[in-house]
Amino acid sequence: MKKLSARRRHPLAALVVLIFALAATGGLHAAFAPAGEAKADQSSSQSLAIEEGKRLYDVGCSSCHGTGGQGTSDGPSLVGVGSAAVDFQVGTGRMPAQQPGAQVPKKKKVYSEHEVDQLAAYVASLGSGPIKPTKSQYDPSGADIANGGQLFRSNCAQCHNFTGEGGALTHGKYAPSLSDVDPKHVYEAMQTGPQNMPSFPDKVMPEQEKRDIAAYLKTVNSKESDSPGGYKLGGIGPVVEGLFAWIFGLGVLILVAIWVAARTAKAKKS
Amino acid sequence: MSETSHENVSEKHLPSEQENGHGAVAVADDPFADPGLPPHEPRIQDIDERAAKRSERVVAMLFTASMLATLGFIASFVLVPVDKIIYVWPAGRIGALNFALGMTLGVALFCIGAGAVHWARTLMSDHELVDERHAISAEPDTKAKVMEDFAQGAKESALGRRSLIRKTMFGALALVPLSGVVLLRDLGPLPGDKLVHTLWSKGKLLVNENTQQPLRPEDIGVGSLTFAMPEGLEEDDEDFQQQIAKAALMLVRLEPDDIKDKRELDWSHEGIVAYSKICTHVGCPVSLYEQQTHHVLCPCHQSTFDLSDGARVIFGPAGHALPQLKISVNKDGFLEAQGDFEEPVGPAYWERRA
Repeated sequence: MKKLSARRRHPLAALVVLIFALAATGGLHAAFAPAGEAKADQSSSQSLAIEEGKRLYDVGCSSCHGTGGQGTSDGPSLVGVGSAAVDFQVGTGRMPAQQPGAQVPKKKKVYSEHEVDQLAAYVASLGSGPIKPTKSQYDPSGADIANGGQLFRSNCAQCHNFTGEGGALTHGKYAPSLSDVDPKHVYEAMQTGPQNMPSFPDKVMPEQEKRDIAAYLKTVNSKESDSPGGYKLGGIGPVVEGLFAWIFGLGVLILVAIWVAARTAKAKKS
Repeated sequence: MSETSHENVSEKHLPSEQENGHGAVAVADDPFADPGLPPHEPRIQDIDERAAKRSERVVAMLFTASMLATLGFIASFVLVPVDKIIYVWPAGRIGALNFALGMTLGVALFCIGAGAVHWARTLMSDHELVDERHAISAEPDTKAKVMEDFAQGAKESALGRRSLIRKTMFGALALVPLSGVVLLRDLGPLPGDKLVHTLWSKGKLLVNENTQQPLRPEDIGVGSLTFAMPEGLEEDDEDFQQQIAKAALMLVRLEPDDIKDKRELDWSHEGIVAYSKICTHVGCPVSLYEQQTHHVLCPCHQSTFDLSDGARVIFGPAGHALPQLKISVNKDGFLEAQGDFEEPVGPAYWERRA
């Protein structure tokens, strides 16, 4: 018995080794990394943001996503979803969710831009994932609109409709309308694949193609987009156009016919 | 016959037979007698020449408006630039040319119709006319005459006696339509085995449709959706549309533990599964992929396939599962096909082996 316990390591030995190893790595990194003044500032403001983000997270998110972002039965794990996912979900008001259901809808956002960044910093610190894009990554100005249209029709139109008007999926799920969606959020959604949307990572759809798609959407489905063909009727396709023609077109003709026939041409009105 | 008695009754009630001109009063001996037509009432245009002139002017005005609208149609076609956008309530910012063409043509057609209707209602004769209905069958005399003529014709042509002529004539008449049937062969070459095969074959790389670059397994993350086409197919190819219509492929990555179907797991690579993008119902591109449920649905008739269970049909009219393409990775680390689809892609057809 004594012999055995003499060979056994102390229970905390592993922890001590780990702390030494971490300290050594950190020390080496600090010694060799080119640590400029600005960089130090940034990293300290970054850790401050993570801290603030953690505080916000504990209050607003942890009840569903778990205290460490590991997920619960009410919400998925946030480890590795990245800051882009947080910026999309919280920035569009989808999170925090109002209620569980087939789909969490877009609504008025609750957190300020600054708070969203702090939350994103915290969630990004849980595991690496897609990073919130910078303006140069998603800015659609100058992108190839025609190519964007082609990409949109082959990759996105099946769910979001060919001009991004949205469409129904199964069991109450739906692909939301993309009217006037911020190009940043379009970019982040493709990057992260929110809810039931599949993701289109950079290796499958490079950054430039994402910008083309954002430019196409801005052209065909935003406040400044034109409708050269006339009244769009919601732009959701031939069914509504046919319905409009049959009900209103034919309906008006029938009403005119009734009106003509109902008025007598006789001199003596009876 | 009752016809004659009926005629008597209706004759009596025709407007011309009426004395007082104020509708028919049923006679006591026939309570269900036809009341006949009400008396003719004149229109204001029939009485007042000034009103008739006014109607004439209205009709002429409508026809003139139609002419002007047609001129407007031609003018807007010539003058309005095709890319000019104008704001029209409530349609919003719409193309000026389309709007102008539609409005002018609509006015031109409507004014012709409205003018014709106004003309007919106010100026053309509106006297009611009665045309008695007659029996459809011919008089017995006429029938007898026709039969007699036919018998005489048959006798004179000697069709019954000269059987050689009769038989060759029927033969000639029967054969003539055959030429039409033979021409149907020109409707096109038979499809042969084109429906069974696609461009996929062993060793062909999976090329990303967006970037035209061959795909690697690490490009495809869990929850992503990628469309691939076979290596060597170019968008400028003459038969590109025909080939991609059969070979279109969608790639998704599942956690290998989530794959329920054993064959699907065998044919996948590290959880990456490749399925035909062509719906097995009527061939729409089925790619509404729900990444959390692994269901993929067809936009046309809502057929739903479970990609985690061999693309089994779980809803909708599709007849069979989406064909899976067996894939692997080659020595350079690119995804490649392990052969063609094992069954024809797309909807079923007569000769398709189930």
